[in-house]
Amino acid sequence: MPDFDFAQPTSLDEALSLFAADGEVRALVGGTDIVDQLKTGRRNADMVVDVKRIPELQRLEVEDDGLHIGAARSLTDIGEFPAVLAGYKGLSDSAVLIGSWQIQNRAGLGGNVCNAAPSGDTIPALLSHDTKAIVASSSGRREIELSDFFAGPGQTVLQKGEILVELILPTSPANSASSYLRFIPRNEMDIAVVGVGTFLQLGSGNTVEKARIALASVAPTPVRARAAEEVLEGNVLSDDLIETAAMAAVEAATPITDVRGSAEYRRELVKVLTRRTLGIARDRISS
Amino acid sequence: MKHISMTVNGDQHELLIDPSWTLLETLRDRLRLTGTKEGCSNGNCGACTVMINGRTANACLVLAAEMGGNEITTVEGIATQGKLNPVQEAFIKDGALQCGFCTPGFIVSTTALLQRDPDPSEEEIRTRLAGNLCRCTGYDKIIMAVEDAAAMLRG
Repeated sequence: MPDFDFAQPTSLDEALSLFAADGEVRALVGGTDIVDQLKTGRRNADMVVDVKRIPELQRLEVEDDGLHIGAARSLTDIGEFPAVLAGYKGLSDSAVLIGSWQIQNRAGLGGNVCNAAPSGDTIPALLSHDTKAIVASSSGRREIELSDFFAGPGQTVLQKGEILVELILPTSPANSASSYLRFIPRNEMDIAVVGVGTFLQLGSGNTVEKARIALASVAPTPVRARAAEEVLEGNVLSDDLIETAAMAAVEAATPITDVRGSAEYRRELVKVLTRRTLGIARDRISS
Repeated sequence: MKHISMTVNGDQHELLIDPSWTLLETLRDRLRLTGTKEGCSNGNCGACTVMINGRTANACLVLAAEMGGNEITTVEGIATQGKLNPVQEAFIKDGALQCGFCTPGFIVSTTALLQRDPDPSEEEIRTRLAGNLCRCTGYDKIIMAVEDAAAMLRG
Protein backbone atom coordinates (compact mmCIF):
# COMPACT_ATOMS: atom_id res chain seq x y z
CA MET A 1 0.00 0.00 0.00
CA PRO A 2 1.28 3.54 -0.67
CA ASP A 3 2.49 5.51 2.36
CA PHE A 4 0.23 7.95 4.18
CA ASP A 5 0.06 9.71 7.52
CA PHE A 6 -2.43 8.46 10.07
CA ALA A 7 -4.41 10.13 12.83
CA GLN A 8 -6.99 8.89 15.29
CA PRO A 9 -8.78 11.91 16.78
CA THR A 10 -11.09 11.54 19.75
CA SER A 11 -13.08 14.74 19.26
CA LEU A 12 -14.88 16.24 16.29
CA ASP A 13 -13.00 19.54 16.57
CA GLU A 14 -9.67 17.74 16.46
CA ALA A 15 -10.83 15.78 13.40
CA LEU A 16 -12.07 18.86 11.54
CA SER A 17 -8.74 20.62 11.95
CA LEU A 18 -7.06 17.55 10.40
CA PHE A 19 -9.48 17.54 7.45
CA ALA A 20 -8.77 21.24 6.87
CA ALA A 21 -5.11 20.46 6.11
CA ASP A 22 -3.72 20.56 2.57
CA GLY A 23 -3.62 17.41 0.50
CA GLU A 24 -5.92 14.43 0.22
CA VAL A 25 -7.28 13.64 3.68
CA ARG A 26 -9.47 10.52 3.79
CA ALA A 27 -11.85 9.44 6.51
CA LEU A 28 -11.53 5.82 7.63
CA VAL A 29 -14.47 4.06 9.21
CA GLY A 30 -14.55 0.28 8.68
CA GLY A 31 -11.95 0.36 5.93
CA THR A 32 -13.87 -2.21 3.93
CA ASP A 33 -13.95 0.06 0.87
CA ILE A 34 -11.16 2.58 1.44
CA VAL A 35 -8.38 0.16 2.42
CA ASP A 36 -8.98 -1.87 -0.73
CA GLN A 37 -9.18 1.33 -2.79
CA LEU A 38 -5.85 2.54 -1.36
CA LYS A 39 -4.24 -0.83 -2.06
CA THR A 40 -5.41 -0.87 -5.66
CA GLY A 41 -4.83 2.83 -6.30
CA ARG A 42 -8.46 3.64 -7.01
CA ARG A 43 -8.31 6.34 -4.34
CA ASN A 44 -5.25 8.02 -2.84
CA ALA A 45 -4.51 9.61 0.51
CA ASP A 46 -1.87 11.87 2.03
CA MET A 47 -3.49 11.32 5.39
CA VAL A 48 -5.96 8.75 6.66
CA VAL A 49 -8.08 9.86 9.62
CA ASP A 50 -9.72 7.09 11.66
CA VAL A 51 -12.95 8.74 12.83
CA LYS A 52 -14.30 5.79 14.83
CA ARG A 53 -13.21 7.18 18.21
CA ILE A 54 -15.22 10.40 17.89
CA PRO A 55 -18.25 9.95 20.18
CA GLU A 56 -20.57 12.02 17.97
CA LEU A 57 -19.86 9.73 15.03
CA GLN A 58 -20.85 6.67 17.07
CA ARG A 59 -24.32 7.93 18.06
CA LEU A 60 -27.30 5.61 17.69
CA GLU A 61 -30.19 7.32 19.45
CA VAL A 62 -33.84 8.16 19.04
CA GLU A 63 -34.61 11.83 19.61
CA ASP A 64 -37.77 13.93 19.19
CA ASP A 65 -36.91 14.66 15.56
CA GLY A 66 -36.06 11.08 14.65
CA LEU A 67 -33.30 8.51 14.66
CA HIS A 68 -29.73 9.85 14.77
CA ILE A 69 -27.03 7.56 13.42
CA GLY A 70 -23.38 8.61 13.68
CA ALA A 71 -21.42 8.18 10.47
CA ALA A 72 -19.00 5.67 12.00
CA ARG A 73 -21.58 3.35 13.59
CA SER A 74 -21.25 -0.21 12.32
CA LEU A 75 -23.80 -1.90 10.11
CA THR A 76 -24.09 -4.76 12.62
CA ASP A 77 -25.05 -2.34 15.40
CA ILE A 78 -27.56 -0.54 13.18
CA GLY A 79 -29.11 -3.67 11.71
CA GLU A 80 -29.77 -5.10 15.17
CA PHE A 81 -30.87 -1.88 16.92
CA PRO A 82 -34.45 -2.30 18.23
CA ALA A 83 -35.63 1.12 17.02
CA VAL A 84 -34.31 0.35 13.53
CA LEU A 85 -36.06 -3.02 13.50
CA ALA A 86 -39.27 -1.37 14.69
CA GLY A 87 -39.48 1.78 12.57
CA TYR A 88 -36.85 1.57 9.83
CA LYS A 89 -36.95 -2.05 8.74
CA GLY A 90 -35.77 -1.28 5.22
CA LEU A 91 -32.52 0.06 6.67
CA SER A 92 -32.07 -3.10 8.73
CA ASP A 93 -32.77 -5.20 5.62
CA SER A 94 -29.96 -3.42 3.80
CA ALA A 95 -27.43 -3.28 6.66
CA VAL A 96 -27.40 -7.04 7.21
CA LEU A 97 -26.98 -8.02 3.56
CA ILE A 98 -23.91 -5.94 2.74
CA GLY A 99 -20.87 -8.14 2.21
CA SER A 100 -20.31 -10.72 4.92
CA TRP A 101 -20.69 -10.72 8.69
CA GLN A 102 -17.01 -9.71 8.88
CA ILE A 103 -17.73 -6.70 6.66
CA GLN A 104 -20.90 -5.68 8.54
CA ASN A 105 -19.00 -5.75 11.85
CA ARG A 106 -16.52 -3.17 10.56
CA ALA A 107 -18.27 -1.13 7.87
CA GLY A 108 -19.91 2.10 9.00
CA LEU A 109 -23.13 3.53 7.62
CA GLY A 110 -21.38 6.81 6.82
CA GLY A 111 -18.74 4.90 4.90
CA ASN A 112 -21.33 3.22 2.72
CA VAL A 113 -22.93 6.63 2.06
CA CYS A 114 -19.68 8.54 1.40
CA ASN A 115 -18.26 5.79 -0.81
CA ALA A 116 -21.22 6.84 -2.99
CA ALA A 117 -21.35 3.68 -5.04
CA PRO A 118 -24.39 3.69 -7.33
CA SER A 119 -25.00 0.20 -5.86
CA GLY A 120 -24.63 1.19 -2.18
CA ASP A 121 -27.24 -0.97 -0.45
CA THR A 122 -28.09 1.27 2.50
CA ILE A 123 -28.66 4.31 0.32
CA PRO A 124 -32.11 3.47 -1.17
CA ALA A 125 -33.30 2.53 2.32
CA LEU A 126 -32.07 5.84 3.70
CA LEU A 127 -33.59 7.78 0.79
CA SER A 128 -36.93 6.04 1.36
CA HIS A 129 -36.91 7.49 4.90
CA ASP A 130 -36.21 11.10 3.78
CA THR A 131 -32.83 11.00 5.54
CA LYS A 132 -30.88 14.19 6.16
CA ALA A 133 -27.09 14.32 6.28
CA ILE A 134 -25.36 16.53 8.84
CA VAL A 135 -21.94 17.55 7.61
CA ALA A 136 -19.31 19.66 9.36
CA SER A 137 -16.09 21.47 8.61
CA SER A 138 -13.89 23.71 10.72
CA SER A 139 -16.04 26.64 9.54
CA GLY A 140 -19.41 25.20 10.58
CA ARG A 141 -22.19 22.72 9.96
CA ARG A 142 -24.81 22.28 7.31
CA GLU A 143 -27.71 19.96 6.64
CA ILE A 144 -28.10 18.30 3.24
CA GLU A 145 -31.03 16.24 2.06
CA LEU A 146 -29.53 12.85 1.28
CA SER A 147 -31.24 12.96 -2.12
CA ASP A 148 -28.93 15.94 -2.90
CA PHE A 149 -25.79 14.31 -1.47
CA PHE A 150 -24.56 12.31 -4.46
CA ALA A 151 -22.75 13.85 -7.41
CA GLY A 152 -21.79 10.78 -9.47
CA PRO A 153 -20.23 7.35 -9.11
CA GLY A 154 -18.00 7.57 -6.02
CA GLN A 155 -18.61 11.31 -5.77
CA THR A 156 -20.49 13.33 -3.14
CA VAL A 157 -21.17 17.04 -2.70
CA LEU A 158 -18.86 17.19 0.34
CA GLN A 159 -16.43 20.08 0.02
CA LYS A 160 -12.75 20.03 0.96
CA GLY A 161 -12.56 19.90 4.78
CA GLU A 162 -16.11 18.63 5.24
CA ILE A 163 -17.05 15.28 6.74
CA LEU A 164 -20.33 13.48 7.29
CA VAL A 165 -21.11 13.57 11.02
CA GLU A 166 -24.48 11.86 11.24
CA LEU A 167 -27.63 10.88 9.43
CA ILE A 168 -31.06 11.81 10.76
CA LEU A 169 -34.04 9.66 9.80
CA PRO A 170 -37.29 11.48 10.66
CA THR A 171 -39.64 9.77 13.11
CA SER A 172 -41.56 7.03 11.33
CA PRO A 173 -45.32 7.76 11.46
CA ALA A 174 -47.94 5.23 12.53
CA ASN A 175 -49.17 2.88 9.80
CA SER A 176 -45.92 3.05 7.89
CA ALA A 177 -43.18 0.59 6.97
CA SER A 178 -40.18 0.27 4.70
CA SER A 179 -38.45 -2.54 2.86
CA TYR A 180 -35.26 -3.09 0.87
CA LEU A 181 -34.44 -5.85 -1.58
CA ARG A 182 -31.59 -6.26 -4.01
CA PHE A 183 -31.05 -8.81 -6.72
CA ILE A 184 -27.76 -10.70 -6.93
CA PRO A 185 -27.13 -13.98 -8.73
CA ARG A 186 -25.99 -15.70 -5.52
CA ASN A 187 -27.25 -15.64 -1.93
CA GLU A 188 -24.66 -13.38 -0.30
CA MET A 189 -21.44 -11.47 -0.91
CA ASP A 190 -22.20 -9.68 -4.15
CA ILE A 191 -22.92 -6.23 -5.53
CA ALA A 192 -26.52 -5.36 -6.32
CA VAL A 193 -27.53 -5.80 -9.96
CA VAL A 194 -30.47 -3.64 -8.86
CA GLY A 195 -31.59 -2.56 -5.37
CA VAL A 196 -34.94 -1.03 -4.43
CA GLY A 197 -35.95 0.58 -1.15
CA THR A 198 -39.57 1.57 -0.56
CA PHE A 199 -41.55 3.27 2.18
CA LEU A 200 -45.32 3.34 2.55
CA GLN A 201 -47.59 5.23 4.92
CA LEU A 202 -51.27 4.32 4.80
CA GLY A 203 -54.27 6.34 5.96
CA SER A 204 -57.93 5.48 6.38
CA GLY A 205 -59.38 3.05 3.86
CA ASN A 206 -55.85 1.96 2.86
CA THR A 207 -55.19 5.25 1.06
CA VAL A 208 -51.49 5.85 0.46
CA GLU A 209 -50.60 9.02 2.35
CA LYS A 210 -46.91 8.90 1.55
CA ALA A 211 -44.78 6.73 -0.70
CA ARG A 212 -41.06 6.71 -1.30
CA ILE A 213 -39.24 4.55 -3.84
CA ALA A 214 -35.48 4.68 -4.32
CA LEU A 215 -33.32 2.68 -6.71
CA ALA A 216 -29.69 1.53 -6.68
CA SER A 217 -27.45 0.38 -9.55
CA VAL A 218 -29.56 1.89 -12.32
CA ALA A 219 -28.07 5.39 -12.62
CA PRO A 220 -24.80 7.24 -11.85
CA THR A 221 -26.13 7.77 -8.31
CA PRO A 222 -28.91 6.16 -6.28
CA VAL A 223 -32.16 7.84 -7.41
CA ARG A 224 -35.72 8.43 -6.24
CA ALA A 225 -38.49 7.14 -8.52
CA ARG A 226 -40.72 10.17 -8.07
CA ALA A 227 -43.22 9.36 -10.81
CA ALA A 228 -43.91 6.02 -9.16
CA GLU A 229 -44.36 7.71 -5.77
CA GLU A 230 -46.98 10.01 -7.36
CA VAL A 231 -48.82 7.02 -8.79
CA LEU A 232 -49.26 5.70 -5.26
CA GLU A 233 -49.95 8.81 -3.19
CA GLY A 234 -53.63 9.67 -2.71
CA ASN A 235 -54.86 6.37 -4.08
CA VAL A 236 -56.17 3.23 -2.41
CA LEU A 237 -53.42 0.60 -2.21
CA SER A 238 -54.17 -2.49 -4.27
CA ASP A 239 -52.23 -5.06 -6.26
CA ASP A 240 -53.15 -3.19 -9.45
CA LEU A 241 -51.89 0.12 -8.03
CA ILE A 242 -48.62 -1.53 -6.95
CA GLU A 243 -48.21 -2.94 -10.48
CA THR A 244 -48.80 0.50 -12.02
CA ALA A 245 -46.26 2.05 -9.63
CA ALA A 246 -43.73 -0.69 -10.39
CA MET A 247 -43.99 0.08 -14.10
CA ALA A 248 -43.67 3.82 -13.41
CA ALA A 249 -40.52 3.21 -11.32
CA VAL A 250 -38.75 2.03 -14.46
CA GLU A 251 -38.94 5.63 -15.79
CA ALA A 252 -36.41 6.73 -13.16
CA ALA A 253 -33.89 4.09 -14.22
CA THR A 254 -31.17 4.96 -16.74
CA PRO A 255 -29.10 1.80 -16.37
CA ILE A 256 -25.99 0.74 -18.21
CA THR A 257 -25.15 -2.69 -19.52
CA ASP A 258 -22.18 -4.16 -17.68
CA VAL A 259 -20.80 -7.43 -16.38
CA ARG A 260 -23.55 -7.71 -13.76
CA GLY A 261 -26.51 -7.25 -16.08
CA SER A 262 -27.86 -5.64 -19.21
CA ALA A 263 -29.79 -2.39 -19.14
CA GLU A 264 -32.94 -4.19 -20.24
CA TYR A 265 -32.54 -6.79 -17.47
CA ARG A 266 -32.04 -4.05 -14.89
CA ARG A 267 -35.21 -2.24 -15.99
CA GLU A 268 -37.13 -5.48 -15.55
CA LEU A 269 -35.59 -5.94 -12.10
CA VAL A 270 -36.65 -2.42 -11.08
CA LYS A 271 -40.24 -3.40 -11.84
CA VAL A 272 -40.05 -6.73 -10.01
CA LEU A 273 -38.23 -5.43 -6.92
CA THR A 274 -40.49 -2.36 -6.65
CA ARG A 275 -43.53 -4.63 -6.72
CA ARG A 276 -42.02 -6.97 -4.12
CA THR A 277 -40.78 -4.29 -1.72
CA LEU A 278 -44.12 -2.44 -1.82
CA GLY A 279 -45.81 -5.76 -1.02
CA ILE A 280 -43.45 -6.37 1.90
CA ALA A 281 -43.99 -2.83 3.23
CA ARG A 282 -47.77 -3.35 2.99
CA ASP A 283 -47.50 -6.66 4.86
CA ARG A 284 -45.31 -5.08 7.52
CA ILE A 285 -47.89 -2.33 8.12
CA SER A 286 -50.67 -4.86 8.58
CA SER A 287 -48.69 -7.18 10.87
CA MET B 1 6.01 5.15 12.26
CA LYS B 2 3.27 4.94 14.82
CA HIS B 3 3.36 3.35 18.24
CA ILE B 4 0.49 1.07 19.15
CA SER B 5 -0.29 -1.20 22.04
CA MET B 6 -2.68 -4.04 21.30
CA THR B 7 -3.51 -7.36 22.90
CA VAL B 8 -3.24 -10.48 20.75
CA ASN B 9 -4.50 -13.76 22.18
CA GLY B 10 -4.14 -12.33 25.68
CA ASP B 11 -0.56 -11.07 25.23
CA GLN B 12 0.05 -7.35 25.11
CA HIS B 13 2.30 -6.11 22.30
CA GLU B 14 3.99 -2.72 21.97
CA LEU B 15 4.80 -2.10 18.33
CA LEU B 16 6.16 0.61 16.09
CA ILE B 17 4.33 0.20 12.81
CA ASP B 18 4.00 1.93 9.50
CA PRO B 19 0.48 3.43 9.07
CA SER B 20 0.04 1.59 5.77
CA TRP B 21 0.53 -1.86 7.31
CA THR B 22 -2.57 -3.97 7.58
CA LEU B 23 -3.40 -5.92 10.70
CA LEU B 24 -2.86 -9.05 8.61
CA GLU B 25 0.71 -8.07 7.66
CA THR B 26 1.45 -7.10 11.24
CA LEU B 27 0.16 -10.38 12.68
CA ARG B 28 2.00 -12.52 10.16
CA ASP B 29 5.24 -10.63 9.52
CA ARG B 30 5.85 -8.85 12.83
CA LEU B 31 4.28 -11.17 15.38
CA ARG B 32 4.92 -14.33 13.32
CA LEU B 33 1.37 -15.50 13.91
CA THR B 34 1.04 -17.18 10.53
CA GLY B 35 -2.15 -19.09 11.28
CA THR B 36 -4.09 -16.15 9.86
CA LYS B 37 -3.87 -16.57 6.08
CA GLU B 38 -3.70 -14.12 3.22
CA GLY B 39 -6.07 -15.12 0.43
CA CYS B 40 -7.73 -12.47 -1.72
CA SER B 41 -6.53 -9.41 0.24
CA ASN B 42 -9.77 -7.57 -0.50
CA GLY B 43 -12.33 -8.87 1.98
CA ASN B 44 -13.97 -11.55 -0.11
CA CYS B 45 -12.44 -14.85 1.01
CA GLY B 46 -12.29 -14.66 4.83
CA ALA B 47 -8.97 -16.56 5.11
CA CYS B 48 -7.68 -13.70 7.28
CA THR B 49 -10.68 -13.64 9.66
CA VAL B 50 -9.77 -12.62 13.21
CA MET B 51 -11.83 -11.28 16.11
CA ILE B 52 -11.42 -7.67 17.16
CA ASN B 53 -12.98 -7.12 20.59
CA GLY B 54 -15.04 -10.28 20.03
CA ARG B 55 -16.32 -9.42 16.55
CA THR B 56 -15.06 -10.99 13.35
CA ALA B 57 -13.22 -8.88 10.81
CA ASN B 58 -11.09 -9.34 7.71
CA ALA B 59 -7.58 -8.50 8.94
CA CYS B 60 -6.56 -7.59 5.37
CA LEU B 61 -8.91 -4.56 5.46
CA VAL B 62 -7.86 -3.31 8.90
CA LEU B 63 -4.92 -1.01 9.46
CA ALA B 64 -2.74 -2.04 12.38
CA ALA B 65 -2.61 1.66 13.25
CA GLU B 66 -6.32 1.51 14.12
CA MET B 67 -5.83 -1.21 16.70
CA GLY B 68 -4.47 0.67 19.72
CA GLY B 69 -6.13 -0.67 22.88
CA ASN B 70 -7.99 -3.42 21.06
CA GLU B 71 -8.09 -7.12 21.81
CA ILE B 72 -7.38 -9.37 18.85
CA THR B 73 -8.05 -13.10 18.74
CA THR B 74 -6.43 -15.16 15.98
CA VAL B 75 -6.75 -18.87 15.31
CA GLU B 76 -3.70 -19.38 17.57
CA GLY B 77 -5.81 -18.09 20.45
CA ILE B 78 -8.72 -20.49 19.98
CA ALA B 79 -7.09 -23.56 21.59
CA THR B 80 -6.38 -23.15 25.30
CA GLN B 81 -3.25 -24.55 26.97
CA GLY B 82 -2.55 -26.89 24.09
CA LYS B 83 -6.05 -28.38 24.14
CA LEU B 84 -8.11 -28.01 20.99
CA ASN B 85 -11.39 -26.15 21.21
CA PRO B 86 -14.55 -28.18 20.35
CA VAL B 87 -14.84 -26.26 17.07
CA GLN B 88 -11.39 -27.50 16.04
CA GLU B 89 -12.18 -31.03 17.22
CA ALA B 90 -15.40 -31.07 15.20
CA PHE B 91 -13.63 -29.88 12.03
CA ILE B 92 -11.14 -32.75 12.41
CA LYS B 93 -13.76 -35.38 13.28
CA ASP B 94 -16.01 -34.44 10.34
CA GLY B 95 -13.19 -33.98 7.83
CA ALA B 96 -14.32 -30.40 7.25
CA LEU B 97 -11.16 -29.46 5.38
CA GLN B 98 -9.00 -30.63 2.53
CA CYS B 99 -6.13 -28.27 1.78
CA GLY B 100 -6.73 -26.42 5.05
CA PHE B 101 -5.94 -22.90 3.84
CA CYS B 102 -9.40 -21.54 4.64
CA THR B 103 -9.67 -23.45 7.92
CA PRO B 104 -8.25 -20.84 10.34
CA GLY B 105 -10.79 -18.31 9.08
CA PHE B 106 -13.62 -20.82 9.38
CA ILE B 107 -12.53 -21.74 12.93
CA VAL B 108 -12.55 -18.09 14.02
CA SER B 109 -15.89 -17.31 12.32
CA THR B 110 -17.49 -20.45 13.75
CA THR B 111 -16.22 -19.65 17.24
CA ALA B 112 -17.73 -16.16 17.00
CA LEU B 113 -21.00 -17.55 15.65
CA LEU B 114 -21.37 -20.08 18.46
CA GLN B 115 -20.55 -17.46 21.09
CA ARG B 116 -23.47 -15.47 19.75
CA ASP B 117 -25.88 -18.33 19.05
CA PRO B 118 -25.19 -21.73 20.64
CA ASP B 119 -27.79 -23.48 18.46
CA PRO B 120 -27.82 -21.90 15.00
CA SER B 121 -30.03 -23.17 12.17
CA GLU B 122 -28.37 -24.41 8.98
CA GLU B 123 -29.53 -21.22 7.26
CA GLU B 124 -27.93 -19.06 9.94
CA ILE B 125 -24.68 -21.04 9.73
CA ARG B 126 -24.57 -20.61 5.95
CA THR B 127 -25.33 -16.87 6.20
CA ARG B 128 -22.82 -16.17 8.96
CA LEU B 129 -20.08 -18.13 7.18
CA ALA B 130 -20.80 -16.65 3.75
CA GLY B 131 -17.69 -14.50 4.09
CA ASN B 132 -15.46 -17.58 4.37
CA LEU B 133 -14.76 -19.31 1.09
CA CYS B 134 -13.61 -22.92 0.77
CA ARG B 135 -12.68 -24.12 -2.71
CA CYS B 136 -12.20 -27.79 -1.75
CA THR B 137 -14.96 -29.21 0.40
CA GLY B 138 -18.24 -28.01 -1.04
CA TYR B 139 -19.25 -26.80 2.45
CA ASP B 140 -21.48 -29.69 3.53
CA LYS B 141 -18.87 -31.13 5.90
CA ILE B 142 -18.12 -27.66 7.24
CA ILE B 143 -21.80 -27.12 8.06
CA MET B 144 -21.88 -30.56 9.70
CA ALA B 145 -18.82 -29.69 11.78
CA VAL B 146 -20.36 -26.41 12.94
CA GLU B 147 -23.52 -28.26 13.99
CA ASP B 148 -21.44 -30.88 15.81
CA ALA B 149 -19.31 -28.23 17.51
CA ALA B 150 -22.49 -26.45 18.63
CA ALA B 151 -23.81 -29.70 20.10
CA MET B 152 -20.47 -30.37 21.89
CA LEU B 153 -20.40 -26.85 23.33
CA ARG B 154 -24.02 -27.15 24.53
CA GLY B 155 -22.96 -30.39 26.27
